[in-house]
Amino acid sequence: MNRIIPPNHAQKIMNGVFWSVGILAILILVVIIGYILYNGLPQFSLEFIFGEPVGSGESGGIWPMIVSSFYVTFIALIVATPLGVLAAIFLAEYAGENNLVKAIRFAAETLASIPSIVFGLFGLTFFVVYLQMGFSVLSGGLTLALMAIPTILRTAEVSIESVPQSYKEGSLALGASKWQTIYRVVLPAAIPGITTGVILGMARAIEETAAILYTVGASLAIPLSIWDPARPLPLHLYILATEGISLPNAYGTAAVLVILILIITVFTNYLVERYTKKMMGR
Amino acid sequence: MMARNWEEYLVEKVLLLAAISSIIIIILIIGFVIDQGLPAMEQVGFFNFIFGTDWSPSYNIYGVFPMIIGSLGIMALSLLFAVPLSILGAIFLAEVAPRTMRRILKPTIQTLAGIPSVIYGFFGLIVLVPFMRETFGGSGFSMLTASFILTVMVLPTILSISEDALRSIPLEYKEASLALGATHWQTIKNVILPAALPGIVTGIILGMGRAIGETMAVIMVAGNTPVIPGSILEPVRALTSNIALEMGYAIGLHYNALFATGIVLLMMIIVLLVITNYINYKRKVTVGGGYL
Repeated sequence: MNRIIPPNHAQKIMNGVFWSVGILAILILVVIIGYILYNGLPQFSLEFIFGEPVGSGESGGIWPMIVSSFYVTFIALIVATPLGVLAAIFLAEYAGENNLVKAIRFAAETLASIPSIVFGLFGLTFFVVYLQMGFSVLSGGLTLALMAIPTILRTAEVSIESVPQSYKEGSLALGASKWQTIYRVVLPAAIPGITTGVILGMARAIEETAAILYTVGASLAIPLSIWDPARPLPLHLYILATEGISLPNAYGTAAVLVILILIITVFTNYLVERYTKKMMGR
Repeated sequence: MMARNWEEYLVEKVLLLAAISSIIIIILIIGFVIDQGLPAMEQVGFFNFIFGTDWSPSYNIYGVFPMIIGSLGIMALSLLFAVPLSILGAIFLAEVAPRTMRRILKPTIQTLAGIPSVIYGFFGLIVLVPFMRETFGGSGFSMLTASFILTVMVLPTILSISEDALRSIPLEYKEASLALGATHWQTIKNVILPAALPGIVTGIILGMGRAIGETMAVIMVAGNTPVIPGSILEPVRALTSNIALEMGYAIGLHYNALFATGIVLLMMIIVLLVITNYINYKRKVTVGGGYL
Protein backbone atom coordinates (compact mmCIF):
# COMPACT_ATOMS: atom_id res chain seq x y z
CA MET A 1 0.00 0.00 0.00
CA ASN A 2 2.85 2.32 0.80
CA ARG A 3 4.18 1.96 -2.71
CA ILE A 4 0.94 3.17 -4.24
CA ILE A 5 0.10 5.86 -1.71
CA PRO A 6 3.00 7.97 -0.49
CA PRO A 7 3.32 7.95 3.36
CA ASN A 8 2.47 11.61 3.63
CA HIS A 9 -0.80 11.11 1.79
CA ALA A 10 -1.62 8.03 3.82
CA GLN A 11 -1.08 10.14 6.94
CA LYS A 12 -3.54 12.76 5.71
CA ILE A 13 -6.14 10.18 4.65
CA MET A 14 -5.93 8.39 8.01
CA ASN A 15 -6.25 11.65 9.92
CA GLY A 16 -9.44 12.29 7.97
CA VAL A 17 -10.71 8.80 8.84
CA PHE A 18 -9.91 9.25 12.54
CA TRP A 19 -11.68 12.57 12.73
CA SER A 20 -14.78 11.22 10.98
CA VAL A 21 -15.03 8.27 13.38
CA GLY A 22 -14.74 10.62 16.36
CA ILE A 23 -17.37 12.94 14.97
CA LEU A 24 -19.61 9.97 14.09
CA ALA A 25 -19.59 8.81 17.73
CA ILE A 26 -20.61 12.27 18.90
CA LEU A 27 -23.32 12.46 16.24
CA ILE A 28 -24.80 9.10 17.26
CA LEU A 29 -25.08 10.23 20.87
CA VAL A 30 -26.55 13.61 19.96
CA VAL A 31 -29.12 12.03 17.61
CA ILE A 32 -30.28 9.38 20.10
CA ILE A 33 -30.47 11.67 23.13
CA GLY A 34 -31.76 14.58 21.07
CA TYR A 35 -34.51 12.47 19.54
CA ILE A 36 -35.67 11.10 22.90
CA LEU A 37 -35.61 14.50 24.62
CA TYR A 38 -37.18 16.32 21.65
CA ASN A 39 -40.13 13.95 21.67
CA GLY A 40 -40.19 13.26 25.38
CA LEU A 41 -39.81 16.68 27.01
CA PRO A 42 -43.12 18.03 25.58
CA GLN A 43 -44.88 15.22 27.50
CA PHE A 44 -43.57 16.55 30.79
CA SER A 45 -46.04 18.14 33.12
CA LEU A 46 -46.70 17.99 36.83
CA GLU A 47 -49.47 15.54 36.07
CA PHE A 48 -47.18 13.30 34.03
CA ILE A 49 -44.42 13.15 36.64
CA PHE A 50 -46.54 13.06 39.78
CA GLY A 51 -49.74 11.49 38.47
CA GLU A 52 -50.99 7.93 38.56
CA PRO A 53 -51.25 6.05 35.26
CA VAL A 54 -54.71 5.74 33.76
CA GLY A 55 -55.74 2.37 32.36
CA SER A 56 -52.61 0.38 31.66
CA GLY A 57 -50.59 3.51 30.99
CA GLU A 58 -52.43 4.94 27.96
CA SER A 59 -52.55 8.27 29.68
CA GLY A 60 -51.88 9.75 33.09
CA GLY A 61 -48.56 9.83 34.86
CA ILE A 62 -45.62 7.70 35.88
CA TRP A 63 -45.20 8.53 39.56
CA PRO A 64 -45.56 4.88 40.71
CA MET A 65 -42.81 3.89 38.25
CA ILE A 66 -40.46 6.59 39.49
CA VAL A 67 -41.10 5.43 43.06
CA SER A 68 -40.59 1.79 42.01
CA SER A 69 -37.30 2.58 40.30
CA PHE A 70 -35.88 4.34 43.35
CA TYR A 71 -37.27 1.76 45.76
CA VAL A 72 -35.74 -1.17 43.89
CA THR A 73 -32.43 0.65 43.38
CA PHE A 74 -32.33 1.59 47.07
CA ILE A 75 -32.72 -2.06 48.12
CA ALA A 76 -30.05 -3.11 45.63
CA LEU A 77 -27.56 -0.57 46.98
CA ILE A 78 -28.28 -1.26 50.64
CA VAL A 79 -27.31 -4.89 50.05
CA ALA A 80 -24.57 -4.47 47.45
CA THR A 81 -22.65 -1.56 49.01
CA PRO A 82 -21.53 -3.23 52.27
CA LEU A 83 -20.79 -6.52 50.50
CA GLY A 84 -18.85 -4.82 47.72
CA VAL A 85 -16.90 -2.43 49.95
CA LEU A 86 -16.02 -5.02 52.62
CA ALA A 87 -14.89 -7.44 49.92
CA ALA A 88 -12.82 -4.66 48.38
CA ILE A 89 -11.12 -3.94 51.73
CA PHE A 90 -10.28 -7.61 52.07
CA LEU A 91 -8.84 -7.85 48.56
CA ALA A 92 -6.89 -4.59 48.80
CA GLU A 93 -5.57 -4.80 52.36
CA TYR A 94 -5.71 -8.34 53.73
CA ALA A 95 -5.35 -10.75 50.84
CA GLY A 96 -2.10 -11.91 49.39
CA GLU A 97 -1.99 -13.66 46.05
CA ASN A 98 -3.22 -17.13 46.86
CA ASN A 99 -5.69 -19.43 45.15
CA LEU A 100 -8.62 -18.24 47.24
CA VAL A 101 -8.04 -14.65 46.15
CA LYS A 102 -7.72 -15.77 42.54
CA ALA A 103 -11.02 -17.61 42.88
CA ILE A 104 -12.68 -14.52 44.40
CA ARG A 105 -11.44 -12.34 41.56
CA PHE A 106 -12.56 -14.83 38.93
CA ALA A 107 -15.98 -15.05 40.60
CA ALA A 108 -16.38 -11.26 40.64
CA GLU A 109 -15.33 -11.10 37.02
CA THR A 110 -17.79 -13.83 36.05
CA LEU A 111 -20.52 -12.04 38.00
CA ALA A 112 -19.81 -8.91 35.98
CA SER A 113 -20.17 -10.68 32.66
CA ILE A 114 -23.20 -12.91 33.25
CA PRO A 115 -26.05 -11.72 30.97
CA SER A 116 -28.73 -9.81 32.83
CA ILE A 117 -31.47 -12.19 31.69
CA VAL A 118 -29.63 -15.02 33.48
CA PHE A 119 -29.71 -12.92 36.67
CA GLY A 120 -33.42 -12.64 35.96
CA LEU A 121 -33.76 -16.43 35.69
CA PHE A 122 -31.87 -16.86 38.95
CA GLY A 123 -33.96 -14.20 40.67
CA LEU A 124 -37.08 -16.00 39.54
CA THR A 125 -36.12 -19.47 40.81
CA PHE A 126 -34.21 -18.37 43.89
CA PHE A 127 -35.86 -15.26 45.33
CA VAL A 128 -39.36 -15.46 43.86
CA VAL A 129 -39.96 -19.21 44.02
CA TYR A 130 -37.42 -20.89 46.34
CA LEU A 131 -37.30 -18.22 49.07
CA GLN A 132 -40.99 -17.46 48.44
CA MET A 133 -40.56 -13.71 48.20
CA GLY A 134 -42.98 -13.59 45.26
CA PHE A 135 -42.92 -10.96 42.56
CA SER A 136 -41.88 -8.06 44.72
CA VAL A 137 -39.66 -5.03 45.24
CA LEU A 138 -37.50 -7.26 47.45
CA SER A 139 -36.97 -9.97 44.80
CA GLY A 140 -36.20 -7.37 42.15
CA GLY A 141 -33.94 -5.33 44.42
CA LEU A 142 -31.93 -8.37 45.55
CA THR A 143 -31.48 -9.53 41.95
CA LEU A 144 -30.19 -6.06 41.03
CA ALA A 145 -27.91 -6.11 44.09
CA LEU A 146 -26.13 -9.17 42.72
CA MET A 147 -25.50 -7.26 39.49
CA ALA A 148 -24.21 -4.16 41.26
CA ILE A 149 -21.74 -6.00 43.54
CA PRO A 150 -18.91 -6.45 40.98
CA THR A 151 -19.11 -2.79 39.90
CA ILE A 152 -18.89 -1.51 43.46
CA LEU A 153 -16.23 -4.05 44.44
CA ARG A 154 -13.87 -3.24 41.59
CA THR A 155 -14.12 0.54 41.88
CA ALA A 156 -13.77 0.44 45.67
CA GLU A 157 -10.78 -1.90 45.48
CA VAL A 158 -8.92 0.39 43.07
CA SER A 159 -9.58 3.48 45.16
CA ILE A 160 -8.51 1.76 48.38
CA GLU A 161 -5.33 0.55 46.70
CA SER A 162 -4.51 4.04 45.48
CA VAL A 163 -4.45 5.51 49.01
CA PRO A 164 -0.77 6.48 49.51
CA GLN A 165 1.29 4.00 51.52
CA SER A 166 2.63 6.85 53.69
CA TYR A 167 -0.86 7.42 55.18
CA LYS A 168 -0.96 3.85 56.44
CA GLU A 169 2.61 3.93 57.69
CA GLY A 170 1.95 7.13 59.59
CA SER A 171 -1.04 5.62 61.31
CA LEU A 172 0.65 2.30 62.08
CA ALA A 173 3.70 4.12 63.43
CA LEU A 174 1.45 5.92 65.91
CA GLY A 175 0.50 2.52 67.32
CA ALA A 176 -2.85 2.08 65.60
CA SER A 177 -3.88 -1.45 64.74
CA LYS A 178 -4.46 -2.56 61.17
CA TRP A 179 -8.24 -2.27 61.35
CA GLN A 180 -8.02 1.12 63.13
CA THR A 181 -5.78 2.31 60.33
CA ILE A 182 -8.14 1.10 57.65
CA TYR A 183 -11.23 2.42 59.40
CA ARG A 184 -9.86 5.83 60.40
CA VAL A 185 -7.29 6.57 57.68
CA VAL A 186 -7.62 4.46 54.55
CA LEU A 187 -11.41 4.45 54.19
CA PRO A 188 -11.92 8.20 54.64
CA ALA A 189 -9.23 8.84 52.02
CA ALA A 190 -10.88 6.39 49.64
CA ILE A 191 -14.43 7.68 50.14
CA PRO A 192 -14.70 9.66 46.86
CA GLY A 193 -13.67 6.60 44.87
CA ILE A 194 -16.02 4.35 46.80
CA THR A 195 -18.86 6.83 46.28
CA THR A 196 -18.19 6.76 42.55
CA GLY A 197 -18.41 2.97 42.60
CA VAL A 198 -21.73 3.09 44.45
CA ILE A 199 -23.13 5.60 41.95
CA LEU A 200 -21.99 3.41 39.06
CA GLY A 201 -23.71 0.46 40.73
CA MET A 202 -26.79 2.63 41.10
CA ALA A 203 -26.70 3.47 37.38
CA ARG A 204 -26.51 -0.21 36.58
CA ALA A 205 -29.51 -0.96 38.81
CA ILE A 206 -31.66 1.93 37.63
CA GLU A 207 -31.34 1.13 33.93
CA GLU A 208 -31.72 -2.63 34.15
CA THR A 209 -34.76 -4.27 32.60
CA ALA A 210 -34.11 -7.93 31.76
CA ALA A 211 -33.14 -8.88 35.32
CA ILE A 212 -36.35 -7.49 36.80
CA LEU A 213 -38.68 -8.63 34.03
CA TYR A 214 -39.66 -11.76 35.96
CA THR A 215 -38.77 -10.81 39.52
CA VAL A 216 -40.48 -7.53 40.33
CA GLY A 217 -43.91 -8.12 38.81
CA ALA A 218 -45.46 -5.32 36.76
CA SER A 219 -48.00 -3.71 39.07
CA LEU A 220 -49.13 -0.20 38.23
CA ALA A 221 -49.75 0.76 41.86
CA ILE A 222 -47.23 2.52 44.09
CA PRO A 223 -45.36 -0.20 46.03
CA LEU A 224 -45.79 0.43 49.75
CA SER A 225 -43.87 -2.41 51.36
CA ILE A 226 -40.93 -4.44 50.05
CA TRP A 227 -43.34 -7.34 49.49
CA ASP A 228 -45.42 -5.41 46.95
CA PRO A 229 -44.93 -5.88 43.21
CA ALA A 230 -43.74 -2.82 41.30
CA ARG A 231 -42.94 -1.55 37.82
CA PRO A 232 -39.68 0.40 37.51
CA LEU A 233 -39.26 2.93 34.67
CA PRO A 234 -37.35 0.78 32.14
CA LEU A 235 -39.89 -2.03 32.49
CA HIS A 236 -42.73 0.46 32.03
CA LEU A 237 -41.08 1.83 28.89
CA TYR A 238 -40.61 -1.69 27.52
CA ILE A 239 -44.26 -2.57 28.10
CA LEU A 240 -45.56 0.73 26.70
CA ALA A 241 -43.41 0.46 23.57
CA THR A 242 -43.74 -3.21 22.70
CA GLU A 243 -47.42 -3.57 23.49
CA GLY A 244 -48.18 -0.36 21.62
CA ILE A 245 -50.02 1.15 24.59
CA SER A 246 -49.04 4.79 24.28
CA LEU A 247 -46.28 6.33 22.23
CA PRO A 248 -46.39 9.79 23.89
CA ASN A 249 -46.11 8.24 27.35
CA ALA A 250 -43.30 5.99 26.12
CA TYR A 251 -41.41 9.07 24.91
CA GLY A 252 -41.98 10.79 28.23
CA THR A 253 -40.81 7.77 30.23
CA ALA A 254 -37.74 7.42 28.02
CA ALA A 255 -36.91 11.09 28.54
CA VAL A 256 -37.13 10.70 32.34
CA LEU A 257 -34.74 7.73 32.17
CA VAL A 258 -32.32 9.57 29.89
CA ILE A 259 -32.29 12.60 32.20
CA LEU A 260 -31.65 10.38 35.24
CA ILE A 261 -28.71 8.71 33.48
CA LEU A 262 -27.32 12.07 32.32
CA ILE A 263 -27.45 13.43 35.87
CA ILE A 264 -25.66 10.34 37.18
CA THR A 265 -22.99 10.57 34.44
CA VAL A 266 -22.29 14.26 35.02
CA PHE A 267 -22.15 13.74 38.77
CA THR A 268 -19.70 10.82 38.58
CA ASN A 269 -17.50 12.80 36.20
CA TYR A 270 -17.47 15.69 38.64
CA LEU A 271 -16.52 13.37 41.50
CA VAL A 272 -13.77 11.65 39.53
CA GLU A 273 -12.32 14.93 38.32
CA ARG A 274 -12.19 16.32 41.85
CA TYR A 275 -10.73 13.07 43.13
CA THR A 276 -7.99 12.84 40.49
CA LYS A 277 -7.09 16.49 41.02
CA LYS A 278 -6.74 15.85 44.73
CA MET A 279 -4.55 12.81 44.14
CA MET A 280 -2.42 14.65 41.57
CA GLY A 281 -2.03 17.60 43.93
CA ARG A 282 -0.29 15.48 46.52
CA MET B 1 -4.37 -6.13 74.25
CA MET B 2 -6.17 -9.46 74.03
CA ALA B 3 -9.42 -7.67 73.18
CA ARG B 4 -7.69 -5.79 70.39
CA ASN B 5 -6.40 -9.02 68.86
CA TRP B 6 -9.85 -10.54 69.01
CA GLU B 7 -11.29 -7.53 67.28
CA GLU B 8 -8.70 -7.73 64.51
CA TYR B 9 -9.38 -11.43 64.08
CA LEU B 10 -13.13 -10.88 63.92
CA VAL B 11 -12.83 -8.05 61.41
CA GLU B 12 -10.64 -10.11 59.13
CA LYS B 13 -13.12 -12.99 59.18
CA VAL B 14 -16.06 -10.68 58.39
CA LEU B 15 -14.16 -9.15 55.48
CA LEU B 16 -13.22 -12.59 54.22
CA LEU B 17 -16.88 -13.61 54.36
CA ALA B 18 -17.91 -10.59 52.30
CA ALA B 19 -15.21 -11.37 49.77
CA ILE B 20 -16.27 -14.99 49.51
CA SER B 21 -19.87 -13.93 48.89
CA SER B 22 -19.02 -13.43 45.21
CA ILE B 23 -18.03 -17.07 44.95
CA ILE B 24 -21.15 -18.18 46.80
CA ILE B 25 -23.39 -16.08 44.54
CA ILE B 26 -21.78 -17.48 41.39
CA ILE B 27 -22.20 -21.04 42.64
CA LEU B 28 -25.83 -20.36 43.56
CA ILE B 29 -26.60 -18.80 40.17
CA ILE B 30 -24.97 -21.55 38.14
CA GLY B 31 -26.37 -24.23 40.46
CA PHE B 32 -29.96 -23.00 40.36
CA VAL B 33 -30.00 -22.36 36.61
CA ILE B 34 -28.54 -25.82 35.93
CA ASP B 35 -30.90 -27.43 38.44
CA GLN B 36 -33.90 -25.97 36.62
CA GLY B 37 -32.54 -26.41 33.12
CA LEU B 38 -31.08 -29.90 33.28
CA PRO B 39 -34.44 -31.73 33.35
CA ALA B 40 -35.27 -30.23 29.95
CA MET B 41 -31.89 -31.18 28.52
CA GLU B 42 -32.31 -34.71 29.84
CA GLN B 43 -35.82 -35.11 28.52
CA VAL B 44 -35.19 -33.59 25.11
CA GLY B 45 -31.67 -34.96 24.87
CA PHE B 46 -28.63 -32.71 24.99
CA PHE B 47 -27.85 -33.14 21.29
CA ASN B 48 -31.46 -32.61 20.19
CA PHE B 49 -31.73 -29.55 22.39
CA ILE B 50 -28.59 -27.85 21.07
CA PHE B 51 -28.87 -28.87 17.40
CA GLY B 52 -32.63 -29.19 17.03
CA THR B 53 -33.87 -26.60 14.53
CA ASP B 54 -37.47 -26.61 15.64
CA TRP B 55 -38.71 -24.63 18.65
CA SER B 56 -42.43 -25.17 19.15
CA PRO B 57 -43.40 -25.20 22.81
CA SER B 58 -47.03 -26.02 21.97
CA TYR B 59 -45.86 -29.39 20.56
CA ASN B 60 -43.24 -29.83 23.29
CA ILE B 61 -40.42 -29.65 20.74
CA TYR B 62 -37.42 -27.74 21.97
CA GLY B 63 -34.47 -27.17 19.65
CA VAL B 64 -32.41 -24.11 20.43
CA PHE B 65 -30.20 -24.11 17.33
CA PRO B 66 -31.97 -21.24 15.48
CA MET B 67 -31.43 -19.05 18.56
CA ILE B 68 -27.76 -20.02 18.78
CA ILE B 69 -27.39 -19.00 15.15
CA GLY B 70 -29.38 -15.84 15.90
CA SER B 71 -27.19 -14.84 18.85
CA LEU B 72 -23.94 -15.65 17.07
CA GLY B 73 -25.09 -13.98 13.84
CA ILE B 74 -26.12 -10.75 15.54
CA MET B 75 -22.88 -10.76 17.51
CA ALA B 76 -20.67 -11.38 14.47
CA LEU B 77 -22.38 -8.76 12.38
CA SER B 78 -22.27 -6.09 15.08
CA LEU B 79 -18.59 -6.80 15.75
CA LEU B 80 -17.90 -6.48 12.03
CA PHE B 81 -19.04 -2.85 12.29
CA ALA B 82 -17.97 -2.11 15.83
CA VAL B 83 -14.39 -3.44 15.81
CA PRO B 84 -12.98 -1.20 13.04
CA LEU B 85 -14.93 1.80 14.35
CA SER B 86 -13.76 1.23 17.92
CA ILE B 87 -10.12 0.72 17.00
CA LEU B 88 -10.09 3.82 14.80
CA GLY B 89 -11.84 5.73 17.57
CA ALA B 90 -9.36 4.47 20.14
CA ILE B 91 -6.38 5.49 17.99
CA PHE B 92 -8.02 8.86 17.49
CA LEU B 93 -8.44 9.36 21.23
CA ALA B 94 -5.03 8.02 22.21
CA GLU B 95 -2.87 9.44 19.45
CA VAL B 96 -4.49 12.00 17.18
CA ALA B 97 -7.21 14.00 18.89
CA PRO B 98 -6.34 17.40 20.33
CA ARG B 99 -7.14 18.06 23.99
CA THR B 100 -10.46 19.81 23.43
CA MET B 101 -11.73 17.02 21.18
CA ARG B 102 -10.72 14.45 23.80
CA ARG B 103 -12.59 16.38 26.45
CA ILE B 104 -15.75 16.11 24.35
CA LEU B 105 -15.31 12.58 23.04
CA LYS B 106 -14.48 10.86 26.34
CA PRO B 107 -17.74 11.80 28.10
CA THR B 108 -19.56 11.02 24.86
CA ILE B 109 -18.29 7.44 24.87
CA GLN B 110 -19.05 7.17 28.57
CA THR B 111 -22.61 8.39 28.08
CA LEU B 112 -23.11 5.97 25.17
CA ALA B 113 -22.07 3.21 27.57
CA GLY B 114 -24.51 4.45 30.20
CA ILE B 115 -27.64 4.73 28.07
CA PRO B 116 -30.07 2.01 29.23
CA SER B 117 -30.57 -0.86 26.80
CA VAL B 118 -34.35 -0.26 26.70
CA ILE B 119 -33.64 3.23 25.40
CA TYR B 120 -31.50 1.79 22.60
CA GLY B 121 -34.25 -0.72 21.89
CA PHE B 122 -36.93 1.96 21.94
CA PHE B 123 -34.92 4.21 19.62
CA GLY B 124 -34.34 1.23 17.31
CA LEU B 125 -38.03 0.34 17.33
CA ILE B 126 -39.24 3.87 16.61
CA VAL B 127 -36.52 5.14 14.26
CA LEU B 128 -34.33 2.36 12.88
CA VAL B 129 -36.99 -0.30 12.16
CA PRO B 130 -39.14 2.02 9.98
CA PHE B 131 -35.96 3.22 8.27
CA MET B 132 -34.88 -0.35 7.47
CA ARG B 133 -38.40 -1.17 6.28
CA GLU B 134 -38.31 1.69 3.79
CA THR B 135 -34.74 1.06 2.67
CA PHE B 136 -34.66 -2.73 2.35
CA GLY B 137 -38.33 -3.71 2.35
CA GLY B 138 -39.69 -6.48 4.56
CA SER B 139 -40.80 -5.82 8.12
CA GLY B 140 -37.72 -3.85 9.14
CA PHE B 141 -37.20 -6.22 12.07
CA SER B 142 -34.04 -8.10 11.18
CA MET B 143 -30.65 -9.41 12.14
CA LEU B 144 -29.09 -6.36 10.50
CA THR B 145 -31.27 -3.92 12.45
CA ALA B 146 -30.31 -5.59 15.73
CA SER B 147 -26.64 -5.51 14.70
CA PHE B 148 -26.76 -1.77 14.06
CA ILE B 149 -28.14 -1.11 17.53
CA LEU B 150 -25.65 -3.50 19.12
CA THR B 151 -22.79 -1.85 17.24
CA VAL B 152 -23.46 1.36 19.15
CA MET B 153 -23.85 -0.57 22.40
CA VAL B 154 -20.56 -2.51 22.23
CA LEU B 155 -18.57 0.38 20.75
CA PRO B 156 -17.83 2.05 24.12
CA THR B 157 -16.61 -1.23 25.64
CA ILE B 158 -14.15 -2.05 22.86
CA LEU B 159 -13.10 1.55 22.36
CA SER B 160 -12.24 2.39 25.96
CA ILE B 161 -10.30 -0.81 26.60
CA SER B 162 -8.41 -0.40 23.31
CA GLU B 163 -7.61 3.21 24.12
CA ASP B 164 -6.30 2.18 27.50
CA ALA B 165 -4.11 -0.46 25.82
CA LEU B 166 -2.80 2.01 23.25
CA ARG B 167 -1.92 4.50 25.97
CA SER B 168 0.04 2.01 27.99
CA ILE B 169 2.58 1.41 25.20
CA PRO B 170 5.96 2.79 26.35
CA LEU B 171 6.79 6.13 24.76
CA GLU B 172 10.21 4.82 23.68
CA TYR B 173 8.60 2.54 21.09
CA LYS B 174 6.94 5.47 19.46
CA GLU B 175 9.98 7.73 19.66
CA ALA B 176 12.26 5.10 18.14
CA SER B 177 9.93 4.60 15.20
CA LEU B 178 9.52 8.33 14.59
CA ALA B 179 13.28 8.84 14.87
CA LEU B 180 13.75 6.29 12.08
CA GLY B 181 11.77 8.59 9.85
CA ALA B 182 8.39 6.80 9.96
CA THR B 183 5.30 8.98 9.73
CA HIS B 184 2.87 9.08 12.64
CA TRP B 185 0.44 6.73 10.85
CA GLN B 186 3.24 4.28 9.98
CA THR B 187 4.27 4.33 13.63
CA ILE B 188 0.72 3.67 14.75
CA LYS B 189 0.18 0.88 12.21
CA ASN B 190 3.51 -0.91 12.56
CA VAL B 191 4.54 -0.27 16.15
CA ILE B 192 1.80 0.90 18.49
CA LEU B 193 -1.09 -1.25 17.25
CA PRO B 194 0.80 -4.56 17.30
CA ALA B 195 2.08 -3.81 20.80
CA ALA B 196 -1.43 -2.99 22.02
CA LEU B 197 -2.99 -6.10 20.50
CA PRO B 198 -3.59 -8.12 23.71
CA GLY B 199 -5.57 -5.24 25.17
CA ILE B 200 -7.54 -4.72 21.99
CA VAL B 201 -8.40 -8.43 21.78
CA THR B 202 -9.54 -8.35 25.41
CA GLY B 203 -11.78 -5.41 24.53
CA ILE B 204 -13.23 -7.27 21.55
CA ILE B 205 -13.99 -10.36 23.63
CA LEU B 206 -15.72 -8.26 26.28
CA GLY B 207 -17.70 -6.67 23.46
CA MET B 208 -18.68 -10.16 22.31
CA GLY B 209 -19.90 -10.95 25.80
CA ARG B 210 -21.96 -7.81 25.89
CA ALA B 211 -23.45 -8.55 22.44
CA ILE B 212 -24.39 -12.13 23.36
CA GLY B 213 -25.84 -11.07 26.71
CA GLU B 214 -27.91 -8.16 25.50
CA THR B 215 -31.63 -8.78 25.85
CA MET B 216 -33.89 -5.75 25.72
CA ALA B 217 -32.43 -3.90 22.74
CA VAL B 218 -32.31 -7.07 20.66
CA ILE B 219 -35.81 -8.18 21.58
CA MET B 220 -37.28 -4.87 20.45
CA VAL B 221 -35.75 -4.79 16.95
CA ALA B 222 -34.80 -8.34 15.87
CA GLY B 223 -38.26 -9.67 15.04
CA ASN B 224 -37.88 -12.77 17.24
CA THR B 225 -38.93 -15.54 14.81
CA PRO B 226 -37.41 -18.81 16.08
CA VAL B 227 -36.23 -19.86 12.64
CA ILE B 228 -32.75 -19.93 11.10
CA PRO B 229 -32.69 -16.77 8.98
CA GLY B 230 -32.02 -17.02 5.25
CA SER B 231 -30.40 -13.61 5.05
CA ILE B 232 -29.33 -10.82 7.36
CA LEU B 233 -32.49 -8.93 6.42
CA GLU B 234 -34.74 -11.58 7.93
CA PRO B 235 -35.97 -11.58 11.52
CA VAL B 236 -34.07 -13.66 14.09
CA ARG B 237 -34.41 -14.59 17.72
CA ALA B 238 -31.49 -14.47 20.13
CA LEU B 239 -31.01 -16.86 23.07
CA THR B 240 -31.61 -14.03 25.53
CA SER B 241 -34.81 -12.96 23.77
CA ASN B 242 -36.04 -16.55 23.79
CA ILE B 243 -35.98 -16.53 27.59
CA ALA B 244 -37.42 -13.05 28.03
CA LEU B 245 -40.24 -13.55 25.52
CA GLU B 246 -41.62 -16.81 26.83
CA MET B 247 -40.86 -16.87 30.55
CA GLY B 248 -44.07 -15.03 31.33
CA TYR B 249 -46.33 -17.96 30.42
CA ALA B 250 -44.02 -20.99 30.43
CA ILE B 251 -44.91 -23.98 32.61
CA GLY B 252 -43.61 -27.52 32.96
CA LEU B 253 -41.05 -28.67 30.42
CA HIS B 254 -41.26 -25.33 28.60
CA TYR B 255 -40.17 -23.54 31.82
CA ASN B 256 -37.22 -25.92 32.17
CA ALA B 257 -36.32 -25.52 28.49
CA LEU B 258 -35.99 -21.76 29.00
CA PHE B 259 -33.59 -22.35 31.89
CA ALA B 260 -31.71 -24.76 29.63
CA THR B 261 -31.45 -21.87 27.17
CA GLY B 262 -29.88 -19.97 30.07
CA ILE B 263 -27.34 -22.80 30.49
CA VAL B 264 -26.33 -22.43 26.82
CA LEU B 265 -25.86 -18.68 27.38
CA LEU B 266 -23.78 -19.30 30.50
CA MET B 267 -21.56 -21.76 28.64
CA MET B 268 -20.86 -19.21 25.92
CA ILE B 269 -19.99 -16.51 28.45
CA ILE B 270 -17.71 -18.83 30.42
CA VAL B 271 -15.81 -19.76 27.24
CA LEU B 272 -15.25 -16.04 26.54
CA LEU B 273 -14.13 -15.47 30.16
CA VAL B 274 -11.62 -18.30 30.01
CA ILE B 275 -10.16 -16.81 26.83
CA THR B 276 -9.81 -13.35 28.41
CA ASN B 277 -8.13 -14.89 31.43
CA TYR B 278 -5.76 -16.71 29.13
CA ILE B 279 -4.80 -13.45 27.40
CA ASN B 280 -4.45 -12.00 30.89
CA TYR B 281 -4.54 -8.33 30.02
CA LYS B 282 -4.83 -6.12 33.11
CA ARG B 283 -7.64 -3.66 32.70
CA LYS B 284 -7.80 -0.36 34.48
CA VAL B 285 -11.02 0.97 35.90
CA THR B 286 -11.99 3.89 33.76
CA VAL B 287 -14.61 6.33 34.91
CA GLY B 288 -15.34 9.24 32.65
CA GLY B 289 -12.31 11.30 31.86
CA GLY B 290 -9.94 9.77 34.36
CA TYR B 291 -8.59 6.52 35.66
CA LEU B 292 -9.51 5.67 39.17
